[in-house]
Amino acid sequence: MPEQSESAVETRGLTKTFGATRAVDEVDLTVPAGSIYGLLGPNGAGKTTLVRMLATLTRPDAGHARVLGYDLADEADAIRSRVSLTGQFASVDEDLTGRENLVLLGRLLGHRRAQAKERADELLDAFGLSDAANRTVHTYSGGMRRRLDIGASIVVTPDLIFLDEPTTGLDPRSRNQVWQIVRALADDGCTVLLTTQYLDEADQLADRIAVIDRGTMIAEGTSTELKASVGSGVLRVRLSAPEQRAAAARVLERTLRTSVHLESDPTALSTQAAGPEGATFALTELSRAGMEIADFALGQPSLDEVFLALTGHPATITEAS
Amino acid sequence: MTTTTTTDLVFDQALRSAIVTTERPPRASALSASLAFSWRALLKIKHVPEQLGDVVGIPIIFTLLFTYMFGGALAGTTGDYLQFLLPGSLVMAVLMVSMYAGVGLNTDVTKGVFDRFRTLPIWRPALIVGGLLGDVLRYVIASALVIGLGLVMGYHPAGGVIGVLSGVALLLVFAFGLGWVWTTLGLLMRTPSAVMNMGMLVLFPLTFASNVFVDPSTLPGWLRVFVDANPVTHLVTAERSLMDGTATAAEIIWVLVASAALAAVFAPLTMWIYRNKQ
Repeated sequence: MPEQSESAVETRGLTKTFGATRAVDEVDLTVPAGSIYGLLGPNGAGKTTLVRMLATLTRPDAGHARVLGYDLADEADAIRSRVSLTGQFASVDEDLTGRENLVLLGRLLGHRRAQAKERADELLDAFGLSDAANRTVHTYSGGMRRRLDIGASIVVTPDLIFLDEPTTGLDPRSRNQVWQIVRALADDGCTVLLTTQYLDEADQLADRIAVIDRGTMIAEGTSTELKASVGSGVLRVRLSAPEQRAAAARVLERTLRTSVHLESDPTALSTQAAGPEGATFALTELSRAGMEIADFALGQPSLDEVFLALTGHPATITEAS
Repeated sequence: MTTTTTTDLVFDQALRSAIVTTERPPRASALSASLAFSWRALLKIKHVPEQLGDVVGIPIIFTLLFTYMFGGALAGTTGDYLQFLLPGSLVMAVLMVSMYAGVGLNTDVTKGVFDRFRTLPIWRPALIVGGLLGDVLRYVIASALVIGLGLVMGYHPAGGVIGVLSGVALLLVFAFGLGWVWTTLGLLMRTPSAVMNMGMLVLFPLTFASNVFVDPSTLPGWLRVFVDANPVTHLVTAERSLMDGTATAAEIIWVLVASAALAAVFAPLTMWIYRNKQ
């Protein structure tokens, strides 16, 4: 038994290459035990590969990792007995019913038949799947399937659970339910490592966030730290007339000496403001130049903006791998 | 803040009590893990019975076609030909069904459930061993269909019930050995249908260039060399003898050794690929 360590996951220089692509490139990751940790990045950033390595599914090409204090290379079996993975694609058997899936996993994890059935029913009830318990999984909706999938991961409550894009493709209600499950798991002391391409999801759930892009970790910290690292707040201005936007952008660029982002709303533009004074000055300059301001807001940067600032491209653009 | 409905609150309470850390049960033994996977294989037959249809269909159609189309020409009467053909049809049926070991495994890989099984703290061959054990029921169903059809058509096994049952038993042993070839393919190929196509590509020459349909003594020399070396020929010979009640120890031992050899080569190969799969 290893000593109880403070970190649920610790990696040093973890690397995985597929052909010429460095899917994961020398990642140093530290996930504090008991936290919800978010790996944030666009499609193809290497999040899934990183999680698969930590869940013992894919062997790293270089670097070291300790998971729950166990060495990834030498003690994979000990790791497997304490972690669970809910993959990006349903990792349950579609030909079986919901109950059969859970009973099967209970048996595989060492429960006797009666215990396995009891646990399956408890989970079906807890995840709102009792009515569908005896239907085969291919009749389930995306949200039901996802809940069953997470239920399958906690037939025996793990110390660390990997959730690979747990809410991708879910409707808002199902997404809320998954968030509820994640929070309940964390409250019970389970470490949650989740990947997401949704910035608000990482913002809402995760205690700490690592931003991953093209296989490398480009930033790490709490949501507040990440926002602060990008600098001051963002000034967002909406004009009454869209044809004034180009002129307004020039005014802002001149007064604040930063680049201006033209938003998809044809009347809106945003920029970094050096605090309230800078913002006030910029707004005054806009009025003086004859721009009619419909409204404005000064706020902390969103994670979208963090991502843009860190990578030079927006998070929503899908990277070709 | 999002509004919390009553149902969500109930959901939350049940959720929290279900999540509370429970005692970790002792690790499942190799046997109970394998049996859990066999149970899964049985459930799949129950929920998706039509999966047997296409592979059992071929031997049934061939038995009917060959008997009534060629039987008279090949053996004088259709009845005499059926006596010769049926043990071969039985072998063909079970070999075709055995492909499902690879198709099923590949389906698990492509669907993602394979990943969950690989992250479980279980005896690693359990998934495959359990699957192959569960396949036994498929083999028994396929055998019953072909033998039943034969009996209806007038097949008379001189070896009696014992002869037929021991024939089926020997066939099951061989199918278990051959199953490892399919599991190897199942882990190597990209899609379930690719496994199926590859399986057909292997099985069709092996079953046709054998003694399933005709007595090899009329074949040209070069083909006879192949047919005599073909393991399916030896298997069919042993099956015929058992069902005719004339089996020799050498015939049976040949099949047992071949089954063991297949497992000895392909079981470690399957497990090596299983462990190293990305």
